[in-house]
Amino acid sequence: MRVRSKHQRLVLVLLAMMALIGAVLLAMWGLQDRAAYFMTPQDIAAGRAQPGQPLRLGGMVQQGSVDKQADGVTVAFTVYDGPATVPVRFRGILPDLFKENSGVVAEGRLGPDGVFVADNILAKHDERYMPPQMGNVSAERATEQTLAQ
Amino acid sequence: MSALIALHTARPMHRFANPTRFLRIARPATTWLLAIGAVLTAVGVVGALSVIPPDYLQGETVRILHIHVPAAWLGMGGWTGLAVASLMQIVWRHPLAAVAGRAIAPVGAAFTALCLLTGSIWGRPTWGTWWEWDGRLTSMLLLLFLYFGYIALSAAERERGPDGRLAAIFGLVGAVNLPIIHFSVQWWNTLHQGESIELTGTSIAPELLWPLPFTMLGFSALFGAVVLMRMRTELAETKIEARLRRTASE
Repeated sequence: MRVRSKHQRLVLVLLAMMALIGAVLLAMWGLQDRAAYFMTPQDIAAGRAQPGQPLRLGGMVQQGSVDKQADGVTVAFTVYDGPATVPVRFRGILPDLFKENSGVVAEGRLGPDGVFVADNILAKHDERYMPPQMGNVSAERATEQTLAQ
Repeated sequence: MSALIALHTARPMHRFANPTRFLRIARPATTWLLAIGAVLTAVGVVGALSVIPPDYLQGETVRILHIHVPAAWLGMGGWTGLAVASLMQIVWRHPLAAVAGRAIAPVGAAFTALCLLTGSIWGRPTWGTWWEWDGRLTSMLLLLFLYFGYIALSAAERERGPDGRLAAIFGLVGAVNLPIIHFSVQWWNTLHQGESIELTGTSIAPELLWPLPFTMLGFSALFGAVVLMRMRTELAETKIEARLRRTASE
């Protein structure tokens, strides 16, 4: 008698947990787009962003695209992700880790001319950690691999 | 205590259900875990703070990793232990399960808070922000609030009597957050980077990585030691309460 009730409890708990996990997975699946912290240039190319709406843009800073303007605080650069690119303009102080070929998240709005005007720039760090002498060589190699994907 | 012993005699299959037997093992285990934990943590922290080279991009802030990552793992590991204890309590009515759950919760909450704090300190120079509401950061903050909820609920339940199951149910339901934390960086675009350490390998250079196993095991041993201490304390308190009640009724 005791053994059966113990098994019943176990089955009940397992069923409840499975139902709960199923519900949460469904909710997560539904949240997929809304819970995304940023949009990528590919999302914007696919027309998923409304001009004028506040949003975050995330991607890689294109090599050679960073252009510091004459006033010293305005900077223009291009963010890419796969084949899609978005030009970004920002007035303010860039984080120390902001650099070409590295991840970035820009908060701002997409203008009607297709230029993303950022109010704030965050550097996105990737999952690679290495000492300085190794860094220059293998970071470039890893970036090439990311680009190739 | 007497209630616990009565429960034990009803179900002799639990090897550690007898608090006396549990205490006989827990007492030396606490000392050993404390000693091992202190040595490993010391080696790991000294290595992280002064031996390893700076990162090519983040510079000196990379040292935070060796505190932040073990704290995150133990924050999540704490709730895993809590969920297992909850399952033991609901299904097998294990007399020590509720004690273990109550012992784990504040320790897990402390490590979760440490993880959030060190992450914030790392985020300011690296990302350029103390806090952002991305999937990983938000789900980790939720874990801290779940711990607070569990602590309050289990404390209230203990005062009402030994038969409460609410905190255990809460412990099981809260475990749903663990896979969300883990997969948040894969499911959603997050500011937080993806996994650096996976079963298949790591993207952290070995000369930067080596203190991590030390702090990892060291923190875990300290975690275990504190949990055992708290369990022993609660068993002792139960014993005192029972003795006081007996004296009062005489």
